[in-house]
Amino acid sequence: MRHNTSFWLSVPIALAALAPLAVLVWLGFSAELEFSGRTAEILLNTILLTGLTVLTSILVGVPLAFVMAYADLPGRRFWLAALAAPLAMPSYIGAFAYFAAFGGGGELETLLGIATPRLEGLPGAVLVMTLYTFPFVMLTTRASLRNLDPSMVDAARVLGLSLPQAMRRVVLPRARGGIAAGALIVALYTLSDFGTPAIMRLDTFTRMIYVEYNAFGLERAALLSVYLLALVAVVLWLESRVSAERERPGRTLNLYVKPGHLILLVAIVLSILMAALGLPLGMFTVWLLREGAAGFDPAYAWNSVHASLLAAIAAVIVALPVAYATTAGRAGRLLERATHFGFGVPGIVLGTALVYIGLQLDMLYQTLALLVLGYVLRFLSLAVGSIRSRAERIDRNLVAAARSLGASPAEAFRRVSLPLALPGIAAGAALVFLEAMRELPATLMLQPTGFDTLATYLWRVYEAGYLGYGAIPGLLLVLVSMVALVVLLSGEERASL
Amino acid sequence: MNQSMLAIRNLSVAYDQNVVVHEVDFVLGEGEILSLVGPTGCGKSTVLRTVAGLEPPHSGEILIGDLKIDRQRMVPPEKRRTGLVFQDFALFPHLNVEQNINFRLKNKQAADRWIDMLGLAPFRHAKPQTLSGGQKQRVALARSLAHEPALMLLDEPLSNLDAALKSTLRWEIRDVLKTAGVPAIWVTHDQEEAMSIGDRIGVMRAGRLEQLDKPEACFRDPANRFVASFLGDAEFIPGQLSGGEVTTVLGRNQASIHNGGGPEVDVLLRPNDMSLTPASPGNGHIAWCRYEGETRLYGVYLFNGPEVKVRVNHEQELAVDATVDVRIIADHPLTVFSRGSAG
Repeated sequence: MRHNTSFWLSVPIALAALAPLAVLVWLGFSAELEFSGRTAEILLNTILLTGLTVLTSILVGVPLAFVMAYADLPGRRFWLAALAAPLAMPSYIGAFAYFAAFGGGGELETLLGIATPRLEGLPGAVLVMTLYTFPFVMLTTRASLRNLDPSMVDAARVLGLSLPQAMRRVVLPRARGGIAAGALIVALYTLSDFGTPAIMRLDTFTRMIYVEYNAFGLERAALLSVYLLALVAVVLWLESRVSAERERPGRTLNLYVKPGHLILLVAIVLSILMAALGLPLGMFTVWLLREGAAGFDPAYAWNSVHASLLAAIAAVIVALPVAYATTAGRAGRLLERATHFGFGVPGIVLGTALVYIGLQLDMLYQTLALLVLGYVLRFLSLAVGSIRSRAERIDRNLVAAARSLGASPAEAFRRVSLPLALPGIAAGAALVFLEAMRELPATLMLQPTGFDTLATYLWRVYEAGYLGYGAIPGLLLVLVSMVALVVLLSGEERASL
Repeated sequence: MNQSMLAIRNLSVAYDQNVVVHEVDFVLGEGEILSLVGPTGCGKSTVLRTVAGLEPPHSGEILIGDLKIDRQRMVPPEKRRTGLVFQDFALFPHLNVEQNINFRLKNKQAADRWIDMLGLAPFRHAKPQTLSGGQKQRVALARSLAHEPALMLLDEPLSNLDAALKSTLRWEIRDVLKTAGVPAIWVTHDQEEAMSIGDRIGVMRAGRLEQLDKPEACFRDPANRFVASFLGDAEFIPGQLSGGEVTTVLGRNQASIHNGGGPEVDVLLRPNDMSLTPASPGNGHIAWCRYEGETRLYGVYLFNGPEVKVRVNHEQELAVDATVDVRIIADHPLTVFSRGSAG
């Protein structure tokens, strides 16, 4: 039967997906296990950055979630999409722009004559991370608020509570699951992020792993990676314990907003969007006008497309059997879990593991193949998820019908299952392609010498201090991110049909 | 027994350790339509899926033409030449009507006969999603028949359709199957549908075949109380058996004895087996009345016995509490079950 074939194809794929973990643990333990004051400092920085980002994301995201869930706003869907848009931007783009804008000699001073303090270290990193992660909290909290039974608010108000009191005492406690879920995603994202702390010069695990790697301290990098993975594991464990409230879904509250409040609200949302999207876009546009395409070589864009396209094709081919094994039963779903590993692990950590594997297998080191392998391992779960959600909705009787009409399993797959799964395959390939285009840390570690992509070129520009040269790669990466958002949203729309 | 297309011998089917079909045994005659009926979860669909090759047999064997299938020798579905018609139609959504029907045909003309017979010509190039339920089921039927199956298997083919369509499509499908001369197993949970389309019907309960016979025989002379109640309204009134006749409060009748003798028996009565005449004192009084359109159903308390239901022509109107004479008008011997027997 088909399931058996896909299942046995999936086993080596799942094992390959887990190989980097095994390599890291082995490498990390073969390094001298030491926990110096320096490591403690890195740990403290990482935890501070994560904790403060979670806190500020909740402070921004939860009130917005209440408004987006309950307020009767004209064009609510548009507002929601606009507020979710920062998620699609890689935070390193924002960090790059903020780093360039603030401080003495920063663009704000040069262009507008406003003296601003230098933005770096912990405050800078927290600000940038918050701008690009608060939508996680907003979206999960909003989803959980929309699931609550609104008649309890009515009951509380009849019993004499004002609306704000009712929200605080009746609604907020029951939305805790949603807030926690969003907060944990923010924590995971912040722990994994390389670009922001690196650009803001905050010594977190991700930044130090890269520093060690550049100093030829691969064992040290692996050891730090294992520490970081332990933190990730704690967050994942917490995440598995959070359960969202499920109440009887019915009509939701729809509260009238006074015109005065509406204007205030528009002002707040616009300033958030200006900070997250407007400032980076403005910076890149200014540079484009001032410097033109100086320093930019179209080969960078071509390299990005080339590597990402190969990754998308390879990921889809590898994802197909895994997706089909998943629809077959428990064992298959376990295999799918293994492919999530690459996505959950920070890109810098996956890069470290693959550099080591590349060094062992001489023919792989510094090749395009290793870079593509890195992308595939990192984004495989996106392709699997996209194909699976499509394949799951194909009526099983269709294959049975094809078989009873005389088609062999292979023919039934080719003529029925495959064409029906095609939209999922295309969406999966698109997601992998767009994510690979934007991936910074894994690309930095795995790129063959001289093979610069948009993301790595932006990094070189930052390292060299010629920030103005970042215009074209920056704008192209923003464009790629927006396309990714559209693909993702249209995929969700299809899934909800 | 003449050449049969399908024989099922002591077939059992299990999901994991859970046996859902127990030792089912029957032979399908040439061109015969057999309807398998039973409550939800009785295993009737599983029998069908096993014959089609979608489930493996646990024990016993299936003979389809020259093919012999048992636990050791699984034959894949595509080698069995069975046509399968599903409850949800299972039309390929990416293919149009014609492409669906021609799915694996070399000679595309062969399908035209079925397209014309089922009135599908106007929809040749339509996608399945745009068709009504009845049209979808016709396409599914045409698709199966065009592939020249040796045997047709229909799994609740009408249950996703609305009531008005059910009764007409029922006859249309039966006619087409008879024209094709293909033997068929038709699974349904609707006993009326089963009795009207089946040359024979098999009544299943909890994985076992309780009775397999002509519809008339199963209805009039059911093998046990379950079959009696499943196929229609059934009343059981006490009686005494002696010398092939049974005596009840309603008089003496010929008896048909199924399980065991014993003088104390329960007699099966259908609401149509009795008549009502206004009488004083009579042998009972009207407890309630239900108007059904063409008929009326009365609940009658017998003075010396239980309540019985009697169905009469709609023109016969009787007041609640009126006294009546209940009489058995059935000509056939009445089926009796020994008192207290289960099943």
